[in-house]
This record gives sequence, structure tokens and C-alpha cells, in this order.
Amino acid sequence: MIKSKTKILQLTVTLTACAFLFVPIILSVLAGVTANYFQGISSGFTLKWVFRVWELYADSIFLSMRLAFSCLIMTLIIGLPAAYGLARNPGWLSRLLEEFISLPLAVPGLALALALLQLYGSMKGFRTSWTFILVGHVLYTMPFMVRSILAVLASIDLKTLEEGAATLGASPWQRFRDIVVPNAMPGILAGALTVVTLSIGEFNLTWMLHTPYLKTLPVGLADSYASMRLEVASAYTLVFFVLIVPLLMAMQWASARAQRISQ
Amino acid sequence: MTFRLTNTAKTYPDGTRALLSTKLTVKNGEIVSLLGPSGCGKTTLLRIIAGLETPDLGSDIWFDEDNVTSLPVERRNVGMVFQSYALFPNMSVRANIGYGLKMQKLSKPEIETRVSEVLEMCQLQKFSARAVNALSGGQRQRVALARAIAPRPRLLLLDEPLSALDASLRESLRDELAVLLREFNITAIFVTHDQDEAMAIADRVAVMSNGRIVQSGTPEELYRHPNSAFVAGFVGNAMRLDGKCTGSVLTLEGGGLRLPGEGSGNNVFVRAEDVRIDDNGSLCGQVETITFLGTHYRIGIKGITPNLLTSIFAGQSAPKVGQSVKVAIKPEALILLPAGEI
Ligand SMILES: Nc1ncnc2c1ncn2[C@@H]1O[C@H](COP(=O)(O)OP(=O)(O)OP(=O)(O)O)[C@@H](O)[C@H]1O
Ligand SMILES: [Mg+2]
Repeated sequence: MIKSKTKILQLTVTLTACAFLFVPIILSVLAGVTANYFQGISSGFTLKWVFRVWELYADSIFLSMRLAFSCLIMTLIIGLPAAYGLARNPGWLSRLLEEFISLPLAVPGLALALALLQLYGSMKGFRTSWTFILVGHVLYTMPFMVRSILAVLASIDLKTLEEGAATLGASPWQRFRDIVVPNAMPGILAGALTVVTLSIGEFNLTWMLHTPYLKTLPVGLADSYASMRLEVASAYTLVFFVLIVPLLMAMQWASARAQRISQ
Repeated sequence: MTFRLTNTAKTYPDGTRALLSTKLTVKNGEIVSLLGPSGCGKTTLLRIIAGLETPDLGSDIWFDEDNVTSLPVERRNVGMVFQSYALFPNMSVRANIGYGLKMQKLSKPEIETRVSEVLEMCQLQKFSARAVNALSGGQRQRVALARAIAPRPRLLLLDEPLSALDASLRESLRDELAVLLREFNITAIFVTHDQDEAMAIADRVAVMSNGRIVQSGTPEELYRHPNSAFVAGFVGNAMRLDGKCTGSVLTLEGGGLRLPGEGSGNNVFVRAEDVRIDDNGSLCGQVETITFLGTHYRIGIKGITPNLLTSIFAGQSAPKVGQSVKVAIKPEALILLPAGEI
């Protein structure tokens, strides 16, 4: 009796929490497909607003995708060797470097953006190109990639594994490819998940760095909230979710799978 | 392959002199064991041979006629079994064993045949598709060995290959390993701190102490003719008989002993199995401890040397604690070693 009561209580709390999170989202999404928000659902459903968002903000969507993907590539190219180097050479210098890489976690995005503007603001070509925002995103997401790979590498005896491969005739590059990368895979996937999600959703820093012709998804969202009909802004939210939720799920699945394999 | 190493030393960056200038030769097909207490430099020497550690300047390592001193590890063609096995967790048993062959750029079918061959030799066929994490300690040990020998290395190196196993398994795998290594007909160097293991597996044992090889020889040679107190004590646990030598007579607390030769200037050692409890013995002592070990008793006797003198007693009824006993030691069982050196 008591057991079932606590169960019911647990369920209620869980459901309430879910409702608390989902109801605003559902309402907002619904607003995006109603013909006229002020008349309510009775005005009928339409995809008009969604198409309108696509017309107005398709560029933002593509820019965000391109940024997230490039950011992932950059953090992998820099982060994987960096994490590997840190894992193979433990010591005070490595710890200091790790802290240094992690600095963007502690510094507010706005401050980071300001520093970038001060340093590169005068380089016009660079300032107005999408790669300027990319630099900001890479800086901001790098610690997540490095730390997540480092955590996995620190949990295995990497040095001995590599020595084992070396005695079997593997060159340093072959050891990296056959031993380091596969064993770091759960960390790489978890890091990639975080990097892509953060890059797509990042607002503070991007808002500071963006130009009128370079709006990412969240910046576009703010723009639509500020300057468009509420229905368009809501439809925007819908598009945002449609894009990011499958991505999140895919990467979650991938990292869970990698974790299973590594065990 | 004949292996030769001369004037090889290792000083770690922090100044630790882990290996003093060392000379070692291993004949083709010979299995040599490096035996010594913890921290004496066995692993260091093995890692230098493998190429995992750079020796000090002036060192020379030869594989047959090739000077490999500055050759990186991946080009030395050595097989190594690590203490922790270092199996690749991202690969199956089969892929682990095939990795070295893949690095030699053999063709797929060739790799398959070679791996199957080795799997069979090491009785691992049943586990070939398993993940290495789903193996027992003994099975992992065999996979590590199989992986090391599959590429047919010029020299096989093993660093305490049995130490991660529990005692009973260690004993059975020890004999299995001795048989396997001879079957492979490979030149091997094998590190251990367990004298039984060294004697069971090796053709020749090199005893190490404090960064140097102090004596090398067949197990029998080391046992019968140790050249130092250290070797006498480490191989076969010889005990020192602390007394006064006059001519060929040694006077102990518990009586006098006849020596096989001139005793002055020498220290005298004896092994527990040569200390017999015998009513006609010339030494007198008192039983202090008795340990029953199944096939025999180990009896600690006081009053003969400053420390307890241990005797192996194989009879049915052991003396009681506190009982006075007579002890005899045959002169030819005594080991005389020059005093002065430790
Ligand atoms: N990387 C290192 N830096 C400094 N000193 C080291 C290093 N590796 C080993 N040593 C020291 O060198 C000496 C020999 O070490 P080694 O590992 O060769 O001993 P060992 O005979 O294999 O001992 P064990 O039986 O415990 O494995 C030890 O005193 C050890 O502390
Ligand atoms: Mg060691």
C-alpha cells in the first residue's frame, strides 16, 4: 500500500516536471501553426508561418549547420591531438595547459566575444566572414571536447597499450590510428554531441560577433521575436526543434553505442 | 637469434641509476631469466632490450650482426608480453593476435592462417571471437603470449608474465609456459622475481641485484655454486652460519662443524634441506618454531646461530617446540664464500 503510494507520488512529481518543461514548448509550437494566434486555435491550422520562416531565415539555418559542422571538425582536429598530448605527458605543465584550455568555461561568452572583437575587429574581411563566428564557437566549445576525450584516455593505460602496439611493429601514426582513436571513441562521440549542440544553440557570444548578414539560428530567433509576428517567431521555434532534436537523439544513440562497445 | 648486449647502463632523468654497466649474451634458442628482487632493474633492462627505453651513451645492443641500439622499438621485431598484458580492448582476441601480422603487411588469408595456427597452439580457438575483456586472467595471459609470438619475432621478451595470476593458476601456467616456449623454439628473455619460476622455465638464469647482473648460469650452477652471499641467499634461501673459523673448523654457539676446506676469510652458508636433525649431530639447539607443510615440516632451531637455523624435516613425528635437538650438517653441503663482499 505504502509502496504504491510512493510510486504514485513519484509519478506525479515526474509528470508535473515534464508538464512544466513541455507545456510552454507545446504552446509555442502550437502558436506557430495556428492561422491567427489572437483568435486562438479556432482560427484553424496552417503551415503558412513555417514556410514564411523558411523564406526569411533559411540562410540562418544553413549558416548554423555549417558553423556547427565546421566547429566540430576544428575541435576534433585541435582537440584530439591536444587531449592525447595531455594524456601522454601528465605533469604540472599539462594540468596548467588543461586549465588554460578550460578558461572559456569560466569567462562569460560576452567577454570572450569582446576580446575577439578588440583583437580582430579591425581586420575587415575576417570580421565580416562567418569564420569569425567560427573562431568564437571553437574557443567556446574546445574545453568540452578536450575534457571529454581526456576523461576517457585517463581511464585506460594508454602508454602500455601503445608500447604493446609498438613492439608489434606499429609506427607512431599507426598507434594513434589503431589504438588511441578507437579507445577514445566514447569520449570523442560524447564531445562531438556537446560541441554540435552548444554550437547550434550558442547565443551570447554569437550575438556579439554576428553581422546583419550573418545570423545563426538562435540569433535569428531573437530577431524574429523582436521584429516579426508572434506566429512567425513561434513557427521558428518549431523549426529549431525539428532540426535539433533528431540531431541530439542521433548523437545520444551513437555515444551510448560507443560506450557499450568500449565496455 | 643470438642476442648480445655490452656496456649497457640506464640513468633515469631524475638521476636514478637503475642499471649499471651490464653485459649479457643469449644464445640462439636459449631461454634466459632475469631474476632479482623488486627494484633491481629487471624491467629497465628488458625495456632497453625492447627499445622502449633509451640506454645511456656508450651502450651497445646486437641482434646477430645488427646493431639495434638506435633502432626504434617498432623496427626491432621483438615480441613482448607485458606484466599487465596490454591487450587492445578495442579488438577481439583474433584481431589482437593478428595485429602484428597486419603491421607486417601480410595478406588477409595469410594472416588468417597464421592466427589460426597460433590460436591452436595456445588453445585459444574457443575464444577467438571474444572481446579481450570477456576473458579470464589465464586466458588473457595466453592471448598476450600468442599476440607476441604470432609475428615470429627475433626475440621474445616477457615481463613477469605470471605475476598477475593467483598462486595456484601461476604454478600450472608456469609449466605450460615452459613447454610452449620450447615448442616455439624461440630466443627469449624472461623477467621474474620468483626463483621457482625462473628455475622451471629458464635454461639459464641471470641473477640481478642493485642494477647489475651478479651471476649468470644454469639453475643447478647457481644453486650449487653461488658466487656471492646475495645469490646464495636469493637462490635457494641459503642461511649464513655466523661463527669463528679456525683452520677447517667452524665454531658456532651450538657447537663445532667440520668444513670442507680452509675456512678463515670465508663466510659459511647452508641450505635448510641440508640441516638434519640427527642424534649423532655435533650441534646442539632448541626447537623454537614448527611449520607443517604437508610433505615436510620446517623447523626453526635456536641456539646454534644468532638467528633461527631452519631445518627441513621429512620424518613422520616432528620434535616438539622447546625440545632440545642435535643437528648435523655434512661438510660437503656447506658453501664457502669469501668474506668482505655482501
Ligand atoms: N621512469 C623512471 N624514472 C625514474 N626512476 C625509475 C623509472 N622507472 C624505474 N625507476 C627506478 O629504477 C629502478 C629499477 O626499476 P625497475 O622497474 O627496472 O625494477 P624491477 O627490477 O623491474 O622491479 P619489480 O620487480 O618491482 O618490477 C627502481 O629503483 C625504480 O624506482
Ligand atoms: Mg618490473
